Amino acid sequence: MQRFAELLDRLVLTPSRNGKLKLLVDHFGSVEDPDRGLALAAITGDLAITAVKPAMLRALVAERVDPVLFNYSYDYVGDLAETVSLVWPAPEPASGRPGPTLAEVVRRLQSASRSDGPHVLAGLLDSAGTNARYAIIKLVTGGLRVGVSARLAKQALADLGQQDVASIEELWHGLAPPYEGLFAWLEGRADRPRRTAFALFRPVMLSNALEESDLAKLDPADYAAEWKWDGIRVQAVSEGGVRRLYSRTGDDISRAFPDLVEAMDFSGALDGELLVGDPSVATGTFSDLQQRLNRKSVSPKVARAYPAFMRCYDLLQRGEEDLRGLPFTERRNALEAFVAGLDPSRFDLSPLAAFEDWQALDQMRMNPPHPVIEGVMLKRLDSTYVAGRPKGPWFKWKRDPHTVDAVLMYAQRGHGKRSSFYSDYTFGVWAGPEGEEELVPVGKAYFGFTDEELRQIDKYVRDNTVERFGPVRSVRADKSEGLVLEVAFEGLNRSTRHKSGVAMRFPRISRLRWDKPPSEADRLETLQALLD
Amino acid sequence: MRASDLLRPAPEGLYCPPGDFFIDPVRPVARALITHGHSDHARPGHGAVLASRQTLDIMALRCGEDFAGTTEAARLGETLRIGGVAVTFYPAGHVLGSAQIAVEHGGTRIVASGDYKRRADPTCVSFEPIGCDVFITEATFGLPVFRHPPDGIEIGKLVKSVGQFPERAHLVGAYALGKAQRVIRLIRDAGVDGTIYIHGALARLCDYYRSQGIELGDLEPATVEAGARRDFAGAIVVGPPSAFADRWSRRFPDPLSCFASGWMRIRQRARQGGVELPLIISDHSDWDELTATILETGAPEVWVTHGREEALVRWCELQGIAARPLNLVGYEDEGD
Repeated sequence: MQRFAELLDRLVLTPSRNGKLKLLVDHFGSVEDPDRGLALAAITGDLAITAVKPAMLRALVAERVDPVLFNYSYDYVGDLAETVSLVWPAPEPASGRPGPTLAEVVRRLQSASRSDGPHVLAGLLDSAGTNARYAIIKLVTGGLRVGVSARLAKQALADLGQQDVASIEELWHGLAPPYEGLFAWLEGRADRPRRTAFALFRPVMLSNALEESDLAKLDPADYAAEWKWDGIRVQAVSEGGVRRLYSRTGDDISRAFPDLVEAMDFSGALDGELLVGDPSVATGTFSDLQQRLNRKSVSPKVARAYPAFMRCYDLLQRGEEDLRGLPFTERRNALEAFVAGLDPSRFDLSPLAAFEDWQALDQMRMNPPHPVIEGVMLKRLDSTYVAGRPKGPWFKWKRDPHTVDAVLMYAQRGHGKRSSFYSDYTFGVWAGPEGEEELVPVGKAYFGFTDEELRQIDKYVRDNTVERFGPVRSVRADKSEGLVLEVAFEGLNRSTRHKSGVAMRFPRISRLRWDKPPSEADRLETLQALLD
Repeated sequence: MRASDLLRPAPEGLYCPPGDFFIDPVRPVARALITHGHSDHARPGHGAVLASRQTLDIMALRCGEDFAGTTEAARLGETLRIGGVAVTFYPAGHVLGSAQIAVEHGGTRIVASGDYKRRADPTCVSFEPIGCDVFITEATFGLPVFRHPPDGIEIGKLVKSVGQFPERAHLVGAYALGKAQRVIRLIRDAGVDGTIYIHGALARLCDYYRSQGIELGDLEPATVEAGARRDFAGAIVVGPPSAFADRWSRRFPDPLSCFASGWMRIRQRARQGGVELPLIISDHSDWDELTATILETGAPEVWVTHGREEALVRWCELQGIAARPLNLVGYEDEGD
C-alpha cells in the first residue's frame, strides 16, 4: 500500500508526461502481482468499491477527533480526504512492519457488507500510515485525480513490455484486474492473452496535419476528400449481443449515450464522428454536443433535446469479417452499403467531397458548406486501416484558425522545465462602454511560442509586474501599456463560468505583437459575433 | 511572583521587567537574549546580546561582526543572573546553537522554548524538557494535520528519484541556516558520497557548520560556465527555495524541484509552489511532539506563540491545562 501511496503522490506533482510514464513503468516493473494490477485498475478507473461510502468518513472521524480541532484542520487543508488522512489518530506503523498491502486493502473493502463497511474502513485506516491512509480514502471516494489518463497507463504498459500501445488497447476490454496474464505476457513469461470477449475496441487510425509543402508531393488522383466534422471521434462496436461505444482512446462511453447504443442493431465495428441533432435535418454545434459530454449517464430530457447520432467514416468489421486490411475504396463501398441498413436518425454517412485539384480543395476547406465542419480529411484510396498515426495515408487539412488580438493580464509560473519561467498566460479583450473599457479575461494559453519568445515574455512579465499572488503575477495592462498577443483558437463556446461569457477551444499564442498598442486590441463583441 | 510580572508580551518582543531584558526582540533594544540565529529571532542593532556561542557566531556571519554593542556567550545549562533574575539556556534542538531560555525569579520559572524540535538531528544538540510553571511554546505546526514522517523515509524518496531520473538535476530547496546543513547531512547518512552542489547563499553557513565538527562531505558551488548544463545531470543541488523559482535555476538540465519543509505535508502547498518532490523535513516540532512536550514539562500553564495558536490552546483546554495565545508579532518561520 505504501508503494501505491507514494506513486500517487509522485504522479500528482509530476507535470511532464515522460516523468509520469517513468514513474508508472518503474512501479509496474518493480511491484509484484496482484498489487501492481490493482494499482493499474485504480488508475484506469476499473476498480469498484461499493460498500463503503465517502459520507462514512466524516462520521468516523467525528468519533475520534475533537470537532473544533478537526474544523481548524479542515479549514487549513481544504480537502476532506487529506484532512482525515492526516488527523486520523493512529501511530505510524513501526518500520519493518509495513501496513496492509494494496491487495489486502482492496479485498477487505470489496468484501465488506453495507453494515460493516465503516468498521472495515476504520480498521484499515488504523493500520495504515499517513500516506497510505490518504490512498485508501482516495480508493473509497473514487477518482484518484492524479493526472494520468487510462491511455497513459496503457502507454506505460507498452513501454514496460516493449510493445505497441495499440496492441494493448486492442486487448484491454477483454481483461480484468489484477491483469496477471497481461503482465506475464509483457514480461515475456507467457503468450499474448487471447481476445475472448465480444465488442472489443479496435485501436483508431489517426491523421497528420497537412503541411503546405506536402501538397507538391501528393497527387490529387490518389486521394479521396471528406469533410472533417467537429464532434468527437468514436467507435461503435456490436458483436454477439454486446454493444459498446468507445472514445478514440478506447474509453467505454456507452452509458452516456444509451440513445445511440439502442440503435446499434448490427454486427460490426464502425468508425465515425459523434454529433448531436437529427442528421437529416440539422447537425448541432460542438456547444450542443457538450451537453452530452463528460457525463456518466444522461437524463431522458437531455437525451431528447440533444439526440446523439454517428456520422460514419469507416467500417472496420462486418459480421465475422475484419475489413481493416482492405484498401480505403473497398471499405468505403462496404460502409455505404452497411450504413444504408441502419436507423437513419442515428447513423448517416459522412459524404465524400469531390475535387479537381488542390486549389479547388483549398477553397472548399476555407468555405465549408456547414458550420460544424472544421476542415477536410484526405485519405489515400489504397490505404489500409492501421492503428496510430502513420505518416502519408491520411491527412487533416483544417480550416484556418480564428485569431484575436488580446492583452496579457496574468502570467503564472510553469512546471518542470518551465518552473523558472512565467509561461502560462491569461489574456483579455476590451469590454464595456466607450471611454470606460475594461479588460475581461477570455482565455489562457501556455504554448504556441518559441523558446526565444518565452524568454522575451518572461522578461516582460518580470519587468512589468503589478501584483503577485503566489505563483501568479498580474502584469501592467491598460490602454497605453501592455503586451498584445495574437491568440489563435479553433472555436468558441458559451460559458457561464467565465465573466466574459465565452470560452475558447484550443487557444495558443500565434504571434507577439510588440508593435501594437494595447488600446488597439480586440473588443469582446468581436468574439461574441463568432458565437452564432 | 505572578508569571505575567516576570515575562510579558510587548511590541518589541517578550519583556522581563525585573531583569530589564527582552527575548528575541523584533526591534532594537538595550539588552536582548536570543534563542537562535534565524533572522526573525536574531536581529541586528541591540545594545547587548546574550546568546549561545554558536548563535553569536551565526549572527556575526549573517548580520556582520558589529551586529550588537556588546555580546556575551551563554553556556548551555549554566545559570546567569541578570538583575535579580536567574537565566539559563538549555538546548532546543532546532538548529545549531539554538536554545530555550529559562527565567526564574521569586519562585516562578518560565521557559521560553524559542523554536524547537524533538527528533534527533545530527547537526545540533537535542532538546531537553525543563520543568517549569509556565511553558512558552512555539506553534508553527500547531495543527493536528502536521505529523512529520521519519527523516529517513523522506530522504529515501530523494535518493530513489535521483536513481529514477538520472538525466535531471534535483534541486532541493532548504533554508540556508539549519535545514540545508541537516538535509546534506541526512543525504550523507543515506549513503550518498558524491559531490553535492550548493547555492552561494549557503556557503558560509556550511563552512561554519563544518568548523563546528559537522561533516558535510564534498560540497561544490553550483556555478557553471554556459553550456555545461549536462554536468548537473543526476546531481543534487541544495539552495534556498527562493532561488529555484528564479532565473538562477535555468542552468540546470530539466530541474526537478524538491522542497524540504514541514509545510510539504499539505499537498496543495507543494502543488502551488510547483514542487515536484516534497520532502517533509522540518526543524520544528510536529503536532504530536508539541503536545507531548507540553505534558513533559509538567507546566500547569502554557503560553502559545507564533503559529496556529488557537488549535494548541484548544488542545490544552481539553487536557485541563491553562493556556493562552501570546499574539507576538514579527515571527515568520524563516526556519521552515
